[in-house]
Parts: sequence; structure tokens; C-alpha cells
Amino acid sequence: MSSHDAHHHSGHSHHEPGFVRKYIFSTDHKMIGIQYGLTSLCFLLFGFSLVMMMRWQLAYPGQPLPFLGKLIGETAFPGGVMAPEFYNQLGAMHGTIMVFLGIVPLAVGAFGNYLLPLQIGAGDMAFPKLNMMSYWVFFVGGVTMLCSFLMPGGAAQSGWTSYPPLSDIAPTGQTVWLLAMVFLITSSLLGSVNFIVTCIQLRVKGMSFFRMPVFTWCQLVTAFLLLLAFPPLEAASVLQLMDRLAGTSFFMPTGLVISGEQAHVAGGGNPLLWQHLFWFLAHPEVYVLILPAVGIIAEVLTTNTRKPLYGYNTLVYSIIFLGFMSFVVWAHHMFMTGMGTTLSSFFQATTMIISIPSVIIVTTFLLTLWGASIRFNVPMLFATAFLPMFAIGGLTGLPLGLTASDIYLHDTYYVIGHFHYVVAPGTIFALFAGIYHWYPKLSGRQMSEFWGKVHFWGSFVCMNGIFMPMFFVGMAGVSRRLYDMSLYAHAKSVFRLNEVMSISAWSLALFQIPFILNLFISWKKGKKVSDNPWDCTTLEWATPTPPPHGNFAHPVEAHRGPYDYAGDTQEFVPQNL
Amino acid sequence: MEQKPYGWWLPINASANNGGIDQLINLVHIFMAVLFVGWGIYLVYVLVRFRARPGHKAYAVHKHFRLPTWLEIGVAIIEVVLLVFLSSPIWFRVKKDFPPEKDSVLVRVVAEQFAWNIHYPGKDGKFGRTRPELVTGTNPIGLDRDDPDGKDDITTVNILHVPTGKPVIVYLSSKDVIHSFSLPVLRVKQDAIPGMMIPIWFEAAKTGQEFQIACAQLCGLSHYRMSGQLMIDTPEQYATWMAEQEKELAQENAGSDQTAVPADTNSPAGNTSNEGSPK
Repeated sequence: MSSHDAHHHSGHSHHEPGFVRKYIFSTDHKMIGIQYGLTSLCFLLFGFSLVMMMRWQLAYPGQPLPFLGKLIGETAFPGGVMAPEFYNQLGAMHGTIMVFLGIVPLAVGAFGNYLLPLQIGAGDMAFPKLNMMSYWVFFVGGVTMLCSFLMPGGAAQSGWTSYPPLSDIAPTGQTVWLLAMVFLITSSLLGSVNFIVTCIQLRVKGMSFFRMPVFTWCQLVTAFLLLLAFPPLEAASVLQLMDRLAGTSFFMPTGLVISGEQAHVAGGGNPLLWQHLFWFLAHPEVYVLILPAVGIIAEVLTTNTRKPLYGYNTLVYSIIFLGFMSFVVWAHHMFMTGMGTTLSSFFQATTMIISIPSVIIVTTFLLTLWGASIRFNVPMLFATAFLPMFAIGGLTGLPLGLTASDIYLHDTYYVIGHFHYVVAPGTIFALFAGIYHWYPKLSGRQMSEFWGKVHFWGSFVCMNGIFMPMFFVGMAGVSRRLYDMSLYAHAKSVFRLNEVMSISAWSLALFQIPFILNLFISWKKGKKVSDNPWDCTTLEWATPTPPPHGNFAHPVEAHRGPYDYAGDTQEFVPQNL
Repeated sequence: MEQKPYGWWLPINASANNGGIDQLINLVHIFMAVLFVGWGIYLVYVLVRFRARPGHKAYAVHKHFRLPTWLEIGVAIIEVVLLVFLSSPIWFRVKKDFPPEKDSVLVRVVAEQFAWNIHYPGKDGKFGRTRPELVTGTNPIGLDRDDPDGKDDITTVNILHVPTGKPVIVYLSSKDVIHSFSLPVLRVKQDAIPGMMIPIWFEAAKTGQEFQIACAQLCGLSHYRMSGQLMIDTPEQYATWMAEQEKELAQENAGSDQTAVPADTNSPAGNTSNEGSPK
């Protein structure tokens, strides 16, 4: 496509935009949302496929990986067996891709972009061009990240946390990782500014803050987290780049001896500086992953219980408080770095405090179910499953947040089980619920219920098959990030669980096939439905389907709160009526 | 008491001082299980009772439930109790209540890619100076044998002997990248961070020759096999082993021609004081 073409069309506004302006360099928040959605779903699948390879090595250490081992080549798979360096690359890239290229862009970039302006009755984002730029910077960052696999020495291999000095002395892939992170964080910054301004300035008449749907609240709080927490990592990435490229020693102390050779670095740096900067981002990041999920669950739950959300105000205050507290708990990731009693007492206490709003959120959702008339459609199944899964993720955070029990559990498989329960059957289930729930708004058609249920039950069983055994492996004391745990005496009793986890992981992949097919086939062949098929109250359902450029056919106003269900006379009353 | 050392829950606890960690872990898990099962029963109940069916309608009456408020207050109180009365005291004991050095076994552990270098101070109880420029294949920690304190120091690689019945103070450091010194059976874990020397302590109660040191922090391609042996000896076994090491060292010293290396007092990595603070 030539850019002349694009220019020609954009010259006249109010003109039907050409192909390039409509589908590629679009400034329409809905198209950008779809772009974000498709890109991040591809990344999610890619990130998942990396871990599927790792799971072979974990279950059958030292055995050649059938077919793929040969295909990928001798460098990564000498003799068909995965090399430890390659295992570390897969681990680092799995984490990075899932978090920064998969879930955040899907939860915020896709759902946020598509729905936030609709839910507040706006015609578009406040800064449509900035929005487009945000997507394309993300895209460049993502492609850069993938390209790091092609570097000599392979991709980044120091974990998604990239702790120096290990990352400072890692092969070139790490430089590319850092560059990609700079792009990705820039993209989030552009997006977050846009979300905040849109949410504050473009609310339609009558849409006061406390009439906003919970989903929009979550996106607003998330945008503040992105805005305030991400810049420190951008700065830290630049510092690490300087360490790697310009010979500085921000993170390199004096007197290093690496592989028997004295390191030729100026020294005087501190490796813990990176950890503070990294976790100052990465803890709020956890809430960037979970808050949009909470928002989606709130919408799906109220719609399908056919009654108002229990404790809307409490929920909103909890979300705000959670967002605030997420900035002061970061050092609980660093309890084992030699922290004294004062600091650890502080961070231990804040970590316990942050569990209170989380408990309130879960309780609010559980109470919403009381007195309901629950429709068990596919979105609701995912939303229902989210509750116990998120609860397991949250509860297992408790022994990790208490410093004494963390001494034993820190950096074991227990931690992997804990955070995967939060983000995999937690956040990802919420995202699936969201996809099934809002799909009719995008396409005018519904995804197949039958295949949706197959997808749900398969995923539910497999997710637990993968992550539940991790708690036992962790309890046995097995460290994370081990290429071959069978070498350890304390891993022997739980080693066979790896096979259960691996088979569950591969089965989980199979159960995503119906979802992928359903997603594409339903676009043309799905059951045709009305503009508001689930009988929802929020404003996004007051648009024509799919919403045209400018979103609303007639000007709308908000006349009531977001969840007016189960009234005396009417079963539901939309916000604009 | 015969206990299978490893199973599906916490492994054998060979420590004398870290039993509290196990109690805390078990207690927290009981608390978690009660909450989860409680929530679970409620969830299943409402899902069945309030399912959509002909003739059933959702009710919008906002009943104010008092129970959840009490439940949340209860959860908060239990967390405070866990924090103030269990977790913090254990942490303070582990981090602050160091036994006196003169009554303890002192040992330095210097982590490197991918080995644990163990350094005992020898008979004089004083660690010899270590300097990065002296590091060679046979002297991985760069111990200065010309330093009077270093003449009798014992070093091993990947084999840590400790006796029962006497506290052990480990001064932990790293030569290259961040490692984490993990002794699962003693409930001990501490990151080894280059540029810092961090003291930790423990006391073993049960003997065993099959235990392992594991690295808990990703430290490079061979992180997975950065394991060492942890030998928990009876005091007699330990004394015998130490005597053997001293004899070997004496034989080595007698056999080799000692070449003088000029001492450099400004070495940053060596000469670290024994009461290294986690700062």
C-alpha cells in the first residue's frame, strides 16, 4: 500500500477512509482495539508455544524433542535435545511475551480501547492519532522482541526480570530485549495518557464518575498505574543499555570475577538498584494485569445475574485503594536480598494490607450472586470460574507475603503456581469471558455456544492440571527456572508431577483450537443477534452494531447508574433511558 | 523418629531453630483452606439455588449483609495476628538474633557460576584476606595464603560440612552474578549478591549426608546444576573431618614452594569485616 494513497484520502475528512486508513493506520479507537486484540492474541499463542517446548524438557529431561528439535536446529537443540541456554531463553521470553505483549495489550490495548469510549458515551479517544501511534510503537516493540531470537547467542536469557549483573554480561539478545522494552513502555505511556484524558474529559452528559461502569473505573485506575509505574523501568532499561553498550557500571559492583577473569568494569554500581526500579514497575504491573480482568468480570457477572452489582461504591473504592497500594509493596519481591527488619516489616505490612481490598472485591462478586437469576452462557462460565481461580491465586500469596514463610517458599515453584493462578485461569479466563461477551457488538453475531463450552471445560480442567501440582513441587523446596530438576534429592518425590503438568499444558493447547476456529468462523457464520443480545444496561450496547465511525447513531445521555437490573416494572433499564 | 525425608509436603526439617517456619506455613495453609472451602461451598450453593429457570426472577432488593463485613474484619485480624505474632518474630530471630561468633561455626560461602566455594577460617577463627587478582583455577576465592590469618584457612568446593548442636554463621557473597543460597532441609534461603557480604545463621539438629545446597536464583545456563552437598555431621564427625582437612593443608604447605605475593591492602573484595551488614 502506498502512503500517497492514504494521504489522498485523509486530505478530505468526512470521506469514507481508504483501506490503509481504515484497517492499518486507523485512528478509530475500535479498529485500534481490534488491531491490539488480534496482535496480542497471536503473541499469547506464541508465548504459550514457547512454554510448551519447555514443558517437554521438564517432563522428560535430556530426551530429544520429537520433530521440533530437528526443525529448530542444532544451536538450540544439539542432537535434538534442548540446550540449557535455549531453555533459559524460552523462559525469559515466555514471561516477557505473556506479560508485555500478550495480556497487557489485550486487557488494556484491546478491551480498553474498544470499550472505554463506548461506555462513557464518547465518539472516540481524546487523542486518536496518539492512539494510533501507541499501537504502532507497540507493534515495533513486539517485532523487535521476537527478532531477539535471531541474535547471535539467542534471545534474552536472564529471566523476564533481567537481573544484572547476569543480564549485563548476557549475549546480544539482552540488548534487543531492552530496546524492545523501551518501545513497549513508550507505547503504554502514550496509551495511558489517552485513557486518562478521555475518561476525565469526554464523559457524556449525565455520566458522573460514580455512574461509570466498573470496567471503565478499572481502566482508569490501570491507566494511572501505567502512567506512574512504567517510566522507572524505561529509565532502568536505558541504564542497563548504557552498562552493556557504553561501559558504565550502574548495576556492576567493584571486584567482579567472571569465569575466573577479573571483570573490566569501572565498578561502584549496585545490582539491587535494578531490582528496586524493576519491581517498582513490575508490582503495579500485576495490578495492570488483574484490574481490567476485575472490570470485565463485573460487567459479565451483573449482566448474567440479572441484578445490580452488590456494593458498587465499595468495589470502586477498593479498586482505587488497590491501585494506590500497589505502589508500596514492590520490595516483597526482594525479601531474600538481605533486607533488614525495618524495611521488611514495612513491606510485609503493606502486603497484608493490599490483601484486604482484594478480599473485598471477591466478596462483592460472590454476594452479587445472591438472589440472582444466573444465566450460564459461555461468558458467565468463564466469569464464574474466575472467582475460585483468582481466590487460589490470591490466597497463595499470603504465605509468600509473610516474610518468615517466604524464606522457604521464595523462588520455588510455589511462586510460579501462585502468580499463574492469578494471571492464567484468573486474568486470561476473564479475557475469554470478555471476548465471548462483547463479540456480538463487534460482529453482530454470536460465537458458538457449544464450542465455547468445549473450550471452557477443557481449559478449566487443564489449567488446574498445570498449576495445581506446582504448589506441591514448590512445597518440596524445588527452585524455579531449573532446566532439569531431577538432579535434586528433594525433587525426586514430586518429579513425576511434571508429566501431569506437561500433558495438561499440551492438552490446553488442543482446547484452544475450538476457540480460534470459533473466533474466525463465527465472524461470517455465527448466529445473527440484535444490537443488545444479552440485555445489558451500559452504553456500549446502545450503539448500532458494529458501532460506526463516531459510535452513536443518536446523541446519548446517562440518566442512571450502570447496573439497573431487576426493577419492579422492567427487567432492565439501559443507562441512556 | 523415622521420617521419610521427602514427600509431597514440606521435606524433613533438619534445623534446630527454624521449626517456626513450618508451623507458620502449615497454619497459613489451614487458614487458606478454611476460607477457600467456605467460599467454595457458598459459591456452589448460590450457583445451584439462583440458577435461571422458568418462574425464577432475580431480586433487586439490596439486602445489607452483615456477615461479610464481619468476615472481612475477621480476615484482617487473622492476618494481623499472623504478621505480628508469628511471621515478624521468626524473621527478627533469623535476621537479628545472631549467636555470638565465638560460640559458632563460622564459614564464608562465595557463590560463582556455577559452584559454591566454602571457606572455613581454620584454627585461628580468622578468615584470611581474599583478593580478586589472586583468583585462579585452584584458588577460586583468591585467598591470600601470605596473610597470617589465611595460612590455616580451609577451602572446599561444593561441599559444606556443618555440625549439629552448634550455631553456624554463614557470610554469603558472590564473585559474579546474583545467586541464592538455598538449604531446603534447614529452611534457609538468602540471595548472594556481588559487592555485598550478607550474614545468615542456622543451627542443625538432625544429621544427614544426602542433603543438598541449591541455587534459587537464575544465574546462567548451568543454574540448574549449581548444587552442592550439605553434610550435617555429628560434632565428632565434624571434628574428624576438619582435622583431616587441616592435615591435608599442612602436607600441601610442606610440599609446595611458597612464593611471596606483594600484599595489597586496598583490595575491595577482600578484607571485608566479619560483621558485614545487609546494607
